[in-house]
Amino acid sequence: MQKKYKIDVILVLLFLLFVGFGWLNIFSTTYTDSFTLSANYGRQLVWICISGITALFLILLNSQFFRNMTVPFYIITLVLVGLAAFVGKKTNGASSWLMVGGFGIQPAEFGKYATCMLLARYLSDSKTHIAVTKQLWPAIAIICVPILLIILQNDVGSAIPFVFLVLVLYREGLTGWVLTIGFTLIVLLILSILIPQWIIILLITAVFGWIYWKQHKHRKYRAGIITAYCIAVLYAVCVHGLYEHALKDYQKARIEVVLGLNHDTKGIGYNVNQSKIAIGSGGLFGQGFMKGTQTTMNFVPEQSTDFIFCTIGEEWGFIGSAILLLLYAWLIYRIINRSEMQRDPFIRIYGYCISCIFFSHLMINIGMTLGLLPVIGIPLPFISYGGSSLIAYTCMLFTYISLDSKANSW
Amino acid sequence: MSETSNYAERRWIILLFFGIVIAAYLLRLFQLQLLDEQWDIKARKNALRYVDDFPPRGLIYDRNGQLLVNNTISYDLMVIPRQAKMELPQQAEICRILNISDSDYNARMEKARKYSTYAASIFMRQLTEEQHNYMEERMYLFSGFYMQARTTRNYQTHAAAHTLGYIAEVNYNDMEKDPYYKMGDYIGKSGIERSYETELRGKKGFKIKLVNNLNQEKGAYENGKYDTAAIPGKDLWTTLDKDLQEYGEMLMQGKRGSIVAIEPSTGEILCLVTSPSYDPALLVGRERGANYARLNDDSIEKPLFNRALMAMYPPGSTFKLVQALVGLEEGAVTPASRFPCYAGFPYGAGHKLGCHSHPSPLNMPSAIQTSCNAWFCYDFKAMMENRKKYKTTKEAYNAWRQKVCSFGFGAPFNSDLAYEKTGNIPTAAYYDRYYGEGRWRATTIISISIGQGEIMVTPVQLANLVSVIANRGYYYPPHLVKAIGSRDSLNSRFAQRKTVKVQPAYFEPVIEGMKRACTAGTARSAAVPGISLAGKTGTAQNPHGKDHSILVCYGPTENPKIAVSVIVENAGFGATWAGPIAGLMIEKYLTDTIKRPDLEQRIKTAVIR
Repeated sequence: MQKKYKIDVILVLLFLLFVGFGWLNIFSTTYTDSFTLSANYGRQLVWICISGITALFLILLNSQFFRNMTVPFYIITLVLVGLAAFVGKKTNGASSWLMVGGFGIQPAEFGKYATCMLLARYLSDSKTHIAVTKQLWPAIAIICVPILLIILQNDVGSAIPFVFLVLVLYREGLTGWVLTIGFTLIVLLILSILIPQWIIILLITAVFGWIYWKQHKHRKYRAGIITAYCIAVLYAVCVHGLYEHALKDYQKARIEVVLGLNHDTKGIGYNVNQSKIAIGSGGLFGQGFMKGTQTTMNFVPEQSTDFIFCTIGEEWGFIGSAILLLLYAWLIYRIINRSEMQRDPFIRIYGYCISCIFFSHLMINIGMTLGLLPVIGIPLPFISYGGSSLIAYTCMLFTYISLDSKANSW
Repeated sequence: MSETSNYAERRWIILLFFGIVIAAYLLRLFQLQLLDEQWDIKARKNALRYVDDFPPRGLIYDRNGQLLVNNTISYDLMVIPRQAKMELPQQAEICRILNISDSDYNARMEKARKYSTYAASIFMRQLTEEQHNYMEERMYLFSGFYMQARTTRNYQTHAAAHTLGYIAEVNYNDMEKDPYYKMGDYIGKSGIERSYETELRGKKGFKIKLVNNLNQEKGAYENGKYDTAAIPGKDLWTTLDKDLQEYGEMLMQGKRGSIVAIEPSTGEILCLVTSPSYDPALLVGRERGANYARLNDDSIEKPLFNRALMAMYPPGSTFKLVQALVGLEEGAVTPASRFPCYAGFPYGAGHKLGCHSHPSPLNMPSAIQTSCNAWFCYDFKAMMENRKKYKTTKEAYNAWRQKVCSFGFGAPFNSDLAYEKTGNIPTAAYYDRYYGEGRWRATTIISISIGQGEIMVTPVQLANLVSVIANRGYYYPPHLVKAIGSRDSLNSRFAQRKTVKVQPAYFEPVIEGMKRACTAGTARSAAVPGISLAGKTGTAQNPHGKDHSILVCYGPTENPKIAVSVIVENAGFGATWAGPIAGLMIEKYLTDTIKRPDLEQRIKTAVIR
C-alpha cells in the first residue's frame, strides 16, 4: 500500500519558532558592532543551516532504517563518549569535548539520541515485558552505560537527563513503587541537608510507626515494613555523610544556594543572583529586544548558552517567557499525545523518550536560572547556543517527525 | 492488543508531573518579574551609573576682553563604598598607582563611608595625568570606583588674586544652605567667584551611563533619553583693566597697602590692588590645601587679607575734603572764609591741635592745597555750634554724620564686592556712651574733622570719595562686573546713581584746592606731566608704628576718567610714596606708556615694611 507522508506541521513550526527565537536572543547577547559569522550568533546561524539540512534528510529516510541503525549507532556513540572521557578537551573541569579538525563536538548530546533509539527498540520488542525483572535489567543497562561514561567525563550534570528515562520505563510497565521510592529518597535527601539528622530519624520513625500501627493486623507486611524502616534510616545517615564528605565543595555550595543556606552573591551564588536580577528586571513586557542592560552588559555569565533564559526573561518579560514555557509544554504534550496514538510501539516509546529528555532539560535549565534548582550546566533545547546540542536535538525531534509521518496511527 | 496498552493511563501521571513543574515555574516567573521589585532595582544598580555632568564654569575677562580665568579639565577618583569590594591585591594596586599607604587608603575609605555608603564621594582629587591614564586602563579591577571629570580654574594672570577669588570644595554648611551642592562640588569661596557663583557655575546636568560587568563605561543608557544636559556657566566681563591691575601690583611689591582705581562716570573698578598678594594659581590643584594653609598661617604678611576692601584706616587729611563740602552745604563756611592758623587749632585751656607751617590765614582752596588742620577745625566747630540751626551739638552732629555717610562711608556698598568692610563713622549714641550724654561738644570730638579719632574708612571708600568729587555730587556703587553672559549684556544692577547730600556748586572750590595741591601743594608728588590732576594727601596715624601714607586723586580734571586712592602702610607722609604711585597709575591708564622710567624703577624696587 502506498503510504502518504503526513508530516506534523505543528511540531515543525514549533521547532522553527524555538530555533528562530533562540537565535534572536543569542544575537541580542553577543552582537557587538558589526555582523560577523565568527561571533556566536554567526556560528549559530551555520549550525541552524546544518540542522535544517539534517532535518530534511531525516524526514526522507525510511522508517526501517532507523530501526536497523539503533544498535551500531548506540555503540559508535558510546565509544565516542568514552573517548572524550579520556582524550577530550577539558573545559570547566569536564572533558566532554572531542576535537575533530577545528570543531569540537559533544558526543554526550548524541548519546541521548542513541540511547532513546535503542531503549525504544528494546522495549518495543514484543518479547520484552519489563514488569518481569529479568527483562528490566537490559533496559536499565541501556540507560546506565552512557550515564557511567558521562560521569567518567566528570560531567555529572549532562548525565541527569538520562535518569528521566525512568519515566518511560514506568509508562511501559515498571512498577510505580520505583517512582514512589525515588521521590521519597529525593525528599529525604533534601531534608537531610536542611534539618538536623536526629529530627529526620524521628520523622522516619513516626511515619513508619504510623504505617506499622495501621497494618499491624497483616502479619505478612511486618517484616517488610521493618526492613523499609531500617533502609530509610540508613539512607538518611548515609546521605548526610555523603553530602558532608563525598561532595565537592562547589557542588555543596551550589546546592546550598538553592536551599537558601548560602547567601554568597559574589562567589558561587553570583550566577544565580545575576540570573534572578536579569529575569526579575524584565517585568511584564520586558526591556525590549537588545535593550536588556544585564545581558547586553555581560552581567550574566554563559548567557548565550546555559543562561539564555535570562535574556528571554529580561528582554521579553513575563509575557515572553511564559509564552515560551507554554509552547514548550505544548511541544512535549503534543509528542506524548501523538505517541499514544501510534500503532507501532517503537514510535510511541521513542516519542516518550525524547519527551522526557526535552522535559528534563527544560526543567533543569530553567529551574536553575530561576534559582529553584542548583546550577547544572545543560542547554535549553533548540534555544541555547551550541552546535552539538542543536544538531542532536534536531535529530531527536525530526527522527520522531519522520517516523510519525510514515506510520499508521490508531 | 498488547499488554503494554494497559499502562496507557500512566501517561496522565507523567503529564501531571510535567504540568506541575511548568506551573511552578510560571508562578516563580510571576513572582520574580511582577511581584518582587528588588530585582529591578538591583539590575539598575548593576548596570547603570548615575553621574553628574559638570558644566564648564564661566570664563572671566577684563574690561577690554582680555582673558583672566579659564578652565582646564581634571579627574577625581570617586568611590561608592558599598560597591567597592576590594581584595587585598587590588587595594595594593590602587595604593601603588596613587602612591598612598595602606592606612591612608583605609582612612580615605572610612571618610567616604562616613559620608554615605551608597553615594559617591571623592577618594582622591585631581589625579595626575599619569595616574589618570593608569587608572583608566585598570578600572575593571576596581569595582565601585570611577573617575569623574571636573573643570578646574586656570588663571591667565598672576594678579588680581583677591578680586577674582578662588573656588574650593563645598563644606557641610554650603551643602545645607543649598541642596544643589553635593559632596565634592566646587563653590566660589571669595571674590568674584563667590559674588557671581550662581552665574558662573551654570547648572549641573545628569547622566545615566551603562556599565558592564567589568566596571567599564559603555555609553549612555537608552541613548541619553533620561539625561539632562549641563548648562554651562555664564562668562563674566569684569570692570578690571588687566594691564593696570598687573602694573599696580608691580608697583606695590615690597610694600603693604592698596590701590583702588574707579571710573567715576560708571563706578567701575579699574583695579583693586592689595599687597602683599599671592599668585591665584596657588589655590588650584592638589597642592591647594597646603598652599592655603601656608598663606593663611602667614600672620606677618597676611597675603590672604584683601586690604582694598577690608583694611580700615583713619582717612587723615583726605577727610578734609568731606569736611569742606559738608561745611559749605551747611553754610558754616564759604569758600572765602579765612581762619587763622598759628601752628594749630586751640580747643581748650592750653590745648592745641597742631599744624605744620604754612601762610596764615587761608581761604578754603588754599587750606586744601596746604592741608591746614586749623581751618577744618573752625569749619567743624562753626557747624556744631550753629545754634540758629541746631538746638544741640548732638542734633548738629547727626546732621553732619548723615551728610558724611551719603558719600558712601560707614556702610557697605552692597554691590558685588565680597567681604567688604563698612568702616566707621561714629554715631552720637557712641559719644553719649563714651563721654556721657550732653558731656561732649565740638571741641571734644574736633579731631574727626581732620579724619583722625574714631573715623575709619576703607581704600575703596576713599576712591569712591574722589569719584564723587570728580562727578560733582554723585556716584555709582563701585563694582567689578560689567557684563554677564555676553559682552554687551550690561550688568544693570549698579546703574542706580546715588546722590550725595551736597549741592554740585560747592564742589568747585574744593576741586580748585585739589588742583592746586597737585601743582603747588602737598600732592605735588602725584603730578603727571601733561595731565591735569586734582588730589589730596593724607597721613593716617598709626598707633603701632610709622604712619600710613595716603593719596587720593583723579584726572584729567576736565574730563575725569580715573579716580585713585593709594595707601602705603608705614610709609609716613602721604606725598612721599602714595603720591608717585597714584601718578604712575594714572599715567599708565591714560597714556598706556610711562615716560618716567626712573621714577617707576625707584618705586618698584622700594621695600617698605
